[in-house]
Amino acid sequence: MDSYDIPESTPSASSRPEDYFVGATPLQKRLESIRKQTSFIPTPPRRKIPQCSQLQEDVDPQKVAFLLHKQWTLYSLTPLYKFSYSNLKQYSRLLNAFIVAEKQKGLAVEVGEDFNIKVIFSTLLGMKGTQRDPEAFLVQILSKSQLPSENREGKVLWTGWFCCIFGDSLLETVSEDFTCLPLFLANGAESNTAIIGTWFQKTFDCYFSPLAINAFNLSWMAAMWTACKVDHYVATTEFLWSVPCSPQSLDISYAIHPEDAKALWDSIHKTPGEVTQEEVDLFMDCLYSHFHRHFKIHLSATRLVRVSTSVASAHTDGKIKILCHKYLIGVLAYLTELAVFQIE
Amino acid sequence: MLKEDCASELKVHLAKSLPLPSSVNRPRIDLIVFVVNLHSKYSLQNTEESLRHVDASFFLGKVCFLATGAGRESHCSIHRHTVVKLAHTYQSPLLYCDLEVEGFRATMAQRLVRVLQICAGHVPGVSALNLLSLLRSSEGPSLEDL
Repeated sequence: MDSYDIPESTPSASSRPEDYFVGATPLQKRLESIRKQTSFIPTPPRRKIPQCSQLQEDVDPQKVAFLLHKQWTLYSLTPLYKFSYSNLKQYSRLLNAFIVAEKQKGLAVEVGEDFNIKVIFSTLLGMKGTQRDPEAFLVQILSKSQLPSENREGKVLWTGWFCCIFGDSLLETVSEDFTCLPLFLANGAESNTAIIGTWFQKTFDCYFSPLAINAFNLSWMAAMWTACKVDHYVATTEFLWSVPCSPQSLDISYAIHPEDAKALWDSIHKTPGEVTQEEVDLFMDCLYSHFHRHFKIHLSATRLVRVSTSVASAHTDGKIKILCHKYLIGVLAYLTELAVFQIE
Repeated sequence: MLKEDCASELKVHLAKSLPLPSSVNRPRIDLIVFVVNLHSKYSLQNTEESLRHVDASFFLGKVCFLATGAGRESHCSIHRHTVVKLAHTYQSPLLYCDLEVEGFRATMAQRLVRVLQICAGHVPGVSALNLLSLLRSSEGPSLEDL
């Protein structure tokens, strides 16, 4: 039944037996960490509420504004082999050539199809949790404008970015040649994502896999984001459940005024700055029992599929939309954690 | 389970929750299997509620937990750890089986029938309590700190 093992993060990451493994290769360290994780360690019962990290002061809000209010599809990515930040221009050229070649391989070439695309690789400064995290970088596909007289940049067709926020548990176990950017977010046509994914997998010997978010993690997100202090609420707090029944599944949507949700959370929450498993369970149970009292439906027997708050919204298929600049790093930190679990 | 060959008469009673109505005359119960669906929190709550109605003598090897749905990780709303802790609190074995998969179901049915035979006392030399201590010693030592 080993395939059912859900890897859990080890809160005792600091107590690695370094003294027994003096000069251990990264592979040995990695095996040791995997062995530790498959033994029985509980999930971290508490998590920090995402606060504005120090490093975010460096992030220019204008520069990251394009990351907000967009729906991103999530993937987890294994470490990239021999990736270098100084070769970004070369990567742009190679990827450009690859995309054009792939698109021309298609049997039916539409007349007038614009193959004038430009690929840009750039680093995203400040998108990291600690100094140890590697720099995030961005890949964009822009359409080159047809008219030579226009100098401005074309329309952005596809955006993808790689980042690692607080990825310490993964960083420790990997050797120098590898760059760890476990979280990949993509926005744009699925065909482009597939082509770019193939190029990265071939060039850097890594592996993408879609990151699904299960109901357990969605309820954690709901609690953590409701706990965040927001100056003004831009969206109602909304949950969506899927009821499995034949012939078609039924969806139940439950919307709460964000201030009511915050009031409920405040009445449950005890330790400032931390969220515990019990608080999350109690928060969700309150919502379930309220719903049951009115509609006599047990929401706990259904599957939570989507959570939407003023901070961010997440769907179980691995889609996320971040609405609040202040908590960008916090949301990404949790997603990085999920991505790292999936890799390990 | 009823499809399995068994020397004596095997009867299975399914119930959504306990306690069972006491008005009916029923044969002695040898094994209680609590099925917890990891996709549904309601299932866990129901199980916890029902556990309160079980007589203490059953926990000497005649109760077992079966967790289903672990295969589809994206649908899980209960963490596996929660169920493990439940089984540990009640000192009973925890089995995993994806009941939706035919092959696993058949294997699990076989296993449960063997356990049932031991609990009913039909296997000479092994009692339910023996089986319980055998199963328990195979679990890791780190469970002690739970």
